[in-house]
Amino acid sequence: MIRFEPREPASLKRLILIPTIAAVTALILASIPIAAAGLSVFEAYWLMATGAFGSLFTFTEMLTRATPLILTGLAAALAFRAKLWNIGAEGQLYAGALAAVAVGSGWIDAPTYVLLPIVVFSGALAGGLVMLGPTLLKTRLGVDEVVTTLLLNFIIILFVQMMLEGPMKDPMGMGWPQSEPMLDAAALPKLLPRMRIHAGLIIALISALGIYILLKRTVWGFEIRAVGENANAARHAGVPVTGTFIKVGLLSGALAGLAGVGEVAGLKGYLTADLSPGFGYSGIVVAMLAGLSPIGVIFAALFIASIFVGADSMSRATGVSNYLADLIVAMSLICVLISGIFLRFKVRFIGRKSVEGAGK
Amino acid sequence: MSDIFDILLSINFWNAALRISTPLIFGVIGALVCERAGVLNLGIEGIFTAGAMAGWMAVWLGAGLWGGVLVAALAGAFFGLIHAILTVPLGLSQHVSGIGVTLFATALSYFTYRTALPDVSSPPRIEAFKAIDVPGLSDLPIVGPILFQQTPMTILALVIVAVTAFVLYRTPLGLAIRAVGDNPSAVESQGLSVYGLRIGAVVVGSSLMALGGAFLTMSAFDAFFFGMVNGRGWICIALTVFASWKPGKALIGALLFGAFDAFQVRLQTEIGTIIPGQIFLMLPYILSIAALVLVARKADYPRALLVPYFRGQR
Repeated sequence: MIRFEPREPASLKRLILIPTIAAVTALILASIPIAAAGLSVFEAYWLMATGAFGSLFTFTEMLTRATPLILTGLAAALAFRAKLWNIGAEGQLYAGALAAVAVGSGWIDAPTYVLLPIVVFSGALAGGLVMLGPTLLKTRLGVDEVVTTLLLNFIIILFVQMMLEGPMKDPMGMGWPQSEPMLDAAALPKLLPRMRIHAGLIIALISALGIYILLKRTVWGFEIRAVGENANAARHAGVPVTGTFIKVGLLSGALAGLAGVGEVAGLKGYLTADLSPGFGYSGIVVAMLAGLSPIGVIFAALFIASIFVGADSMSRATGVSNYLADLIVAMSLICVLISGIFLRFKVRFIGRKSVEGAGK
Repeated sequence: MSDIFDILLSINFWNAALRISTPLIFGVIGALVCERAGVLNLGIEGIFTAGAMAGWMAVWLGAGLWGGVLVAALAGAFFGLIHAILTVPLGLSQHVSGIGVTLFATALSYFTYRTALPDVSSPPRIEAFKAIDVPGLSDLPIVGPILFQQTPMTILALVIVAVTAFVLYRTPLGLAIRAVGDNPSAVESQGLSVYGLRIGAVVVGSSLMALGGAFLTMSAFDAFFFGMVNGRGWICIALTVFASWKPGKALIGALLFGAFDAFQVRLQTEIGTIIPGQIFLMLPYILSIAALVLVARKADYPRALLVPYFRGQR
């Protein structure tokens, strides 16, 4: 018989140890599919490690991949703190990218220091507004936000396809459904010459710090945590629960929207309907690996990004499918969920008798 | 206008509506069984994918069509067991665990497919289920061609609805499952195992979800495509709420959905390209949200849904 006893607030050591153990466990478990694909496990991991950390270029590629993951990770972490289940970061990312392209590809002509803030703000606003809908449906009508945010992902991606085949199609795009390129003045600057790494990373890091300060140091952050722990108790204590949900929803959506801005204004330069290989969903894994800590999100995003970049490189070298990366990421989530039990509870193995005694 | 009536009055249309709603019937009944026992299973989208892949691959490897159905159900049971262990004895967040199972099942299915078939340009095809005439019944006027000129999996789906309704409302097991989703401590005080009932319900429900996926690759189409589930699982979760967790209403909800889908496809060919095709493709998702909003105020959730239960705890 196993019994869980709540622990005191978890120590920093355990906060770091638990996700590390989960990540290592996921990597060990991934050796099964690697071996099944007929590859030497050590060779595969060596190729993955050099693929992510082997040179300055691969390292910057990894950071470039981590940029949207930090932002979608923050979107999930903030929302989950308040127990607002925003599973719609994927759609919000596309909404942000669409808005960024709409204002940044010639509609407004202005110098960079005017245009770039407008582009960034529009993307964040679009993401926030997309999340406002499900949040209002939850607070006003009691509609479960999990399903509405999930379904909105499909609606928004179809909407993006419609815009890219219709009004926003690039007439010079050789018939491909893609947007017009963004103006140079609307582009996020590159951080290093000849590398793809861009200023979106700075935005992501500042966002993480901002959310950290918000949650730790402000009244509003306290209210978010109170709502997340027990919405009814928070309401009785005078916390504006509905207002908190709406603010969290807007901010969470805005963070995911920023991820979309970074991908179009920093990396691609134009919008296609396959912009995101599931950054919104991976963001949930990032947030859970980070234990919903905003600073932890940075490190979790770096881990997930190195898996993706490393697996891509390994896949090119060996021909083993890069769906291996998705598999490792999914297993990391399940492993961190299980190991989280050891973070929140002391696990005691005890006799059945003493449990019956405790129940009375 | 008369075109629309022609569509709605044609037997062909209603036959298609039932065919299109078949995966949803499997999925919504599967979700209902899990949720009636108190466990939300957001693994559904991934379990659909796993059922579609596993069933198809078993047939492709020579297991026979019913062998494929069995393999799909076992794949569903496997992922259901993972979700059940995480959420029932371990009491973890059903939302996050479900998303985890969806990511895991999807990634494992895609990885397996790509590893088995590294370089195929077009997906290999199998000899899929064909529509059969049920002897005696398929000759009935109107009802015959609609209900009994279907593939065996559609008929299986209808049988499963009836069996689920019977078990849930007419057997002691069904009473226990419904009770465990409403008031688990009352079930334990009767000497029944809350864990056992919940794990069992999630495993069985997940197998049914996987059959919905298997229908896609073994009945609706004859091959596996990436992204072919395309949100059907999430739509089933919405339909379960819409159906107030009742099998009969679930069937009606899925049929309405199938009818709507069949209708929009026909309408699209009538109207042509005036309206962008994506608008039509969005409709099922918009309709699901509308269905949720419609019933939100009076939704009668199983009272212990999402609430973990720990032994010896009141």
